[in-house]
Amino acid sequence: MRKCSLDKIYSVFEEIAKTAKLYVPLDEKDGNAVYKQWEDGLEWSDALNTVRSPKDFFFPQMENLMEFKTEGKNIEVIDTRCETEDFVIFGVRACDVKSFEILDRVFLNEPVDSYYASRREKGVIVSTACSKPAETCFCKTFGISPEEPRGDVSTWKTESEIFFKANTEKGEALLRKIEAFTEECDETSVDEQKEKISRVMDRLPLKELSTDSFGGGKTDEFFNHPAWDELSEACLGCGTCTFVCPTCQCYDIKDFNTGKGIIRFRCWDSCMYSDFTKMAHGNNRLTQKERFRQRFMHKLVYYPENNDGLFSCVGCGRCLAKCPVSMNIVKVMKKIGGEQSE
Amino acid sequence: MQKITQNQLIDKAVSLLADGTVSAVLGWSKGEFGYDVTPKMFKTEKELRQDFVWNDFCGANFSKYLVSKTDRFDGKILVFLKPCDTYSFNQLLTEHRFDREKVYAVGIPCDGMVDVSKLKAVTGEGISEIKETSENILVSTIYEDKAIAVSFKDVLLERCINCKSKKHVAYDELMGDEGEIIDSARFDEVAKIEAMTPDERFAFWQNELSRCIRCNACRDACPACTCEKCVFDNPASGVENKAPANSFEEKMFHIIRAYHVAGRCTDCGECSRVCPQNIPLHLLNRKFIKDINEFYGEYQAGAEVGSRAPLVDYTTEDLEPGEVFDRRDIDA
Amino acid sequence: MNKREETLIPKIGVITDVRIDTPDIKTFRVVTPDGKKAFDHQPGQCAMLSVPGVGEAMFSITSSPTNEEYMEFSIKKCGCVTDWLHQAEVGQQITIRGPYGKPFPVDDVFAGKNLLFIAGGVGLAPLRSVINYCRHYRDRYGEIDIVYGSRSKDDLLDYKEIIDEWATDAGVNVHLTIDNPQEGWDGHVGFVPNFVKELGFDTNKTAIICGPPIMIKFTLEGLTELGFDKTQVYTTLELRMKCGVGKCGRCNVGAKYVCKDGPVFRCDELDELPDEY
Repeated sequence: MRKCSLDKIYSVFEEIAKTAKLYVPLDEKDGNAVYKQWEDGLEWSDALNTVRSPKDFFFPQMENLMEFKTEGKNIEVIDTRCETEDFVIFGVRACDVKSFEILDRVFLNEPVDSYYASRREKGVIVSTACSKPAETCFCKTFGISPEEPRGDVSTWKTESEIFFKANTEKGEALLRKIEAFTEECDETSVDEQKEKISRVMDRLPLKELSTDSFGGGKTDEFFNHPAWDELSEACLGCGTCTFVCPTCQCYDIKDFNTGKGIIRFRCWDSCMYSDFTKMAHGNNRLTQKERFRQRFMHKLVYYPENNDGLFSCVGCGRCLAKCPVSMNIVKVMKKIGGEQSE
Repeated sequence: MQKITQNQLIDKAVSLLADGTVSAVLGWSKGEFGYDVTPKMFKTEKELRQDFVWNDFCGANFSKYLVSKTDRFDGKILVFLKPCDTYSFNQLLTEHRFDREKVYAVGIPCDGMVDVSKLKAVTGEGISEIKETSENILVSTIYEDKAIAVSFKDVLLERCINCKSKKHVAYDELMGDEGEIIDSARFDEVAKIEAMTPDERFAFWQNELSRCIRCNACRDACPACTCEKCVFDNPASGVENKAPANSFEEKMFHIIRAYHVAGRCTDCGECSRVCPQNIPLHLLNRKFIKDINEFYGEYQAGAEVGSRAPLVDYTTEDLEPGEVFDRRDIDA
Repeated sequence: MNKREETLIPKIGVITDVRIDTPDIKTFRVVTPDGKKAFDHQPGQCAMLSVPGVGEAMFSITSSPTNEEYMEFSIKKCGCVTDWLHQAEVGQQITIRGPYGKPFPVDDVFAGKNLLFIAGGVGLAPLRSVINYCRHYRDRYGEIDIVYGSRSKDDLLDYKEIIDEWATDAGVNVHLTIDNPQEGWDGHVGFVPNFVKELGFDTNKTAIICGPPIMIKFTLEGLTELGFDKTQVYTTLELRMKCGVGKCGRCNVGAKYVCKDGPVFRCDELDELPDEY
């Protein structure tokens, strides 16, 4: 464990930024926090979390996959992939760190998604323990510990100091790089900090929310649950929940003719959208109820069935804060999970 | 705090259900934290007594829901409408988007609705309970021993600060006064943007719109956006997209949408209320309203059913395109 | 440069032959620019074909894996990509990637069995690959019955091949039907599910069905009436697909991804899926 005084944090940032792109949550004028590339003079946000999750770093909302040149009947495929530069994401919360594991199981599963994999290799994740969780937080439900966030390096912030602990080789390398600014220390202050966080966690309104009712093999139990009608009736069919979600990873692949060539790009897609499953000759999910159900069944039943019981939700609370009609996974779990979920 | 109480609304709904006037009630249902209310169709007294809520966070405009709810529900629906919602209600009737006979509209007074992000800017995160007094909102959080008193007026939604009308322009029944149209300062912000140089204006919108994540919440909440199939959802349209293909494309989405609702937008403000990225989208629509007022005389969409909006109503006194062009030169 | 393999990046395919099968189905022969087969596949597997600028779509590979020279795709005109392909001429390049999906279990489950193929309309396309594979290794399988129906005689896919090759094979029985009577047609008239019941097959067979969802549903009901168990019946599904490798989420039904865990399913496996395919 190493530490430095908080007033030295920008020197640490400066050192990291010398050899890698450094991204840090910054406050925007509109009040939202957002991950941006840090440069001298910018201030690390105190906000609990960003509206857009850090999944963008590995799975950006839009990315070019390849290009095509066509001439007469001929086509040339141009592999436009390039090597990702080293980068560091600083201040990632425990929930979002967990989301990377959930995304990994999709993108790094065979056949490996090379676009995602190369970013994942080059990115170093520095997590920061949450000191002031929001009422919308329910990461504990998914077994996540905000006291002990994972990532390549874990950090804890107190009033005056910041503590660093490396969890991986990548993390150790990063700590060596900033060695001159930090000093060796014991874990007393961090332990105190962890206890403080635990006490706060015990006061959160959603602390009792449980996943006990859910998991793989429960399709029959929940698919035809009568509550889906009521739960989905207010849903506008927008993509806010899916786009702010750190674990939603569905995508679309489309072509764009630039006039000089054709770019094939991929972009985030949403199972909430009416055309998500539309084919030339039909659509297997015609109503918003079916689309709404798909999103929650995927997170609470289908994904865990394929991934050793791991749920595809980290309890970050973004959808709770941002859904225009305040319908969200917590309300769904409480309604269809019955007493076990409350 | 709202003049009319939650219990008054529940009693009204229960009695209209009981005497058979309506068979369902479109209202707001209780959430987890006091502020996260969700629109819901109530069918029984039990549900109403248990879940119906009316508080400072009932911002959702129900008019648009009537399009889908009247279509799929056989009986008559009771809907509670705030003054600003009644303009959307009329506008949708003008566009023949739902069957008036299937709706029983009860007008309820509104003192303005609270912007949760403004409230949280004062109280911080960790809200555990919200109570309302006549002037203040008392917020308890898990971090403070005592409730924090926040002045109701300080945390209103932008659209409520600049409320254009407390008048109900459509109802079957009123609870409280009909209300008055009020003199609002809603065009001040537009005027500020008009006063910018073209470069400043471009930079302003670029900064705002570059945050767009194309979640479509603005469109999906907008009572003027009720096309059965939106061009942006149609893969065959060639413009269907879920991501900004480049920095210009995202502006196109919002500008096309603003053009499409021009003359029909009642300025209900739902677009800005629901935007997860806090983009002041209502300013685009308000610019159109301001221009229409200046070019063709005052016109408020939805003020009455069946009114001919200036943009679809030719008169010989209409402004010539050249005059608009000249005016632009003077502005610049 | 990122040197990893990337399944989303396709190869070039050249259309070397276009056969007009029916008024709305054409069969395209595809090889790589150097005249080889783009990749090996197994019966029932699919490939992603694309026309850059128009789009990419999943098609079942119609030709048999035993054909080592080229691949064939029988494609019905019904959307952007297929419309474009129907305009394409010989020599046109397209892109191709694959193979995707789980094949029919031709080498284990089907081995030694009597096989009953039942297809409707363009649904013969995915089965042609299996039928020709089984014909190629004729001695590995028992009796083969093929029930195939379409709207009219003109809408029967691979008609020439069926009459000239399949129907003349020893131990292969072909039963054709069309929906409505037609001049010049002295064969059976009526829908496939009813025809199957009329033919009244013995249950000592493994059935493989492909066709429009409604036809699959009624045929399966018919087979059940005849005493078939769902574990004896296989089918292949079609849903919206974009990536082909179980990541993009479109073809997700229940815990399955049709592109990766399908498109071939045994009918009792389908019962475990929620009813939205």
